[in-house]
Amino acid sequence: MSTASTIHRARFDRVSLEFATPKGTLRVVDDVSYDINDGDFIAVIGPSGCGKTTMMSMLAGFQKPTSGKVLFDGHPVTGPGPERGVIFQEYGVFPWLTVKDNIAFGLKLKANHVPVAERDQICEHYLALMGLSDFANSYPKHLSGGMRQRLAIARAYAVKPQFLLMDEPFGALDAQTRANMQNLLLKVLATEGKTVMLITHSVEEAIYLASRIVVVTARPARIKEIIEVPFAYPRDESLQERPEFGELRSYIRELVMSEYRAQQAQLSPASFSE
Amino acid sequence: MDGSVARRFLLGLAPWVGAVALWYGVRWSGFVNESLIPAPHQVAAKFVELLLKEGLLVDVFASTRRVFLGVMLGIAAAVPVGFLLGWYRPARTFADPMINFFRALPPIALIPLVIVYFGVDEMAKLVILFYASFFAGVIVMYEGVSQITPLYIRVAQTLGAGEFEIFRKVIIPLTVPHILTALRVALGVAWATLVASELIAAQRGLGAMIQNASTYFLLDVIYVGIICIGCIALIMDMILRRISARLLVWQERAVA
Ligand SMILES: Nc1ncnc2c1ncn2[C@@H]1O[C@H](COP(=O)(O)OP(=O)(O)OP(=O)(O)O)[C@@H](O)[C@H]1O
Ligand SMILES: [Mg+2]
Repeated sequence: MSTASTIHRARFDRVSLEFATPKGTLRVVDDVSYDINDGDFIAVIGPSGCGKTTMMSMLAGFQKPTSGKVLFDGHPVTGPGPERGVIFQEYGVFPWLTVKDNIAFGLKLKANHVPVAERDQICEHYLALMGLSDFANSYPKHLSGGMRQRLAIARAYAVKPQFLLMDEPFGALDAQTRANMQNLLLKVLATEGKTVMLITHSVEEAIYLASRIVVVTARPARIKEIIEVPFAYPRDESLQERPEFGELRSYIRELVMSEYRAQQAQLSPASFSE
Repeated sequence: MDGSVARRFLLGLAPWVGAVALWYGVRWSGFVNESLIPAPHQVAAKFVELLLKEGLLVDVFASTRRVFLGVMLGIAAAVPVGFLLGWYRPARTFADPMINFFRALPPIALIPLVIVYFGVDEMAKLVILFYASFFAGVIVMYEGVSQITPLYIRVAQTLGAGEFEIFRKVIIPLTVPHILTALRVALGVAWATLVASELIAAQRGLGAMIQNASTYFLLDVIYVGIICIGCIALIMDMILRRISARLLVWQERAVA
């Protein structure tokens, strides 16, 4: 797949991960290999609890593989860093800071070198972009779940990481806001040229946004199939009306459904008695 | 707005009125020897007398000062120790049995030893109050700190925060609520220990006043002392709650 001209931003090289639990070791990621090239948009899709977040957290630098290597810019990942922005599944909005101070948090850190004079303007920009301007001085306890999620997105975008790791970033949003956020992300990518790894449960979202879709199996997460999305950027919503979109959607849905069924079979009481 | 303030005031006042009524009731019921229960108005009269003639304020000041200093020193030590224990799991395994051993000892039992090592002066009383505040504070701190989720630290790291920035901008804000709770718990414990600490040859102080009164069977003085301790503890707790509410506006609270 990779030619001499493509640059590997990140690489999973025969990566496996096991957790030690009271009931013994739990294999969560199993022999996963794929590359993420500069400018790629990778969507990861698979049944709940299969190990997607775990896979991402190895690249983010919070978890070490039990075997295999996770490389970023050619070096093994040793910890988190601001060049890899993360939007967490649990948002992680700081409850003790106002909405605006949450966005400003990253801008005030030494590592990001944002001049004091520009911080306010950047904050205002993302507040407006995320529809949070009216709540700039509120504490997160006054925000809805979807607003907290948008705040987490704004905070991650504000420091302009080259590589974005997004764990179900639009999961709590209504269909309309979700579409807005997707289009906004496409726009940000077109102007800022980022590389993205996105975890999602929505097949439509994966096809609409990604350049490549990694379908993973039920736990332990193995690669079931990697699908090149054949649509060129820039994309807009009319894409979703095209017959090719529908065909690809049916195909991927069937892949995901078969893994979902496999997971249900694993969980059913019958399998415990064996 | 005004109505609700008045309502809250009345609601807060009602149990006190009830307590005084009950007090009179027990006294007049005839079940208890009247000489064993001074009436509320007699206690009030004694209060005024002590205030004007015996320098009750000196006792109040001496006790409040002891409690304040004991709690401040105790918490100043408990915050870093409790923090380290809560933060580093190995430290907890190491120190937990030790802490629980000392915490279980009643301060009164230590008085003879404290007298041997620290004499009978102000220092000895402070040591007792320090001891009580410290162990109460340490437990609260380490329970609280050990429950801080790593999520916020991870978020800060992915935004580019260094070690020191994480400490200053994430860990401190998350620790403040636990420091305030530790202070409140320690204040309660310290007031509860005050009388014991003033068993050590105290000249002045509410605890000393109560003990001297008990030698002469001055029940009304004892009542005045007890009520004073309760009132000051209550006021201190109210002030601390105000400060907490100010500092912790961001916290989600279940408010009925
Ligand atoms: N620290 C841990 N210790 C033990 N087990 C863990 C740990 N973290 C995750 N797991 C287990 O690993 C499995 C995969 O978890 P993970 O969070 O990666 O799933 P996921 O694919 O992101 O699911 P979802 O789509 O529901 O977010 C789960 O069964 C979970 O219980
Ligand atoms: Mg997940």
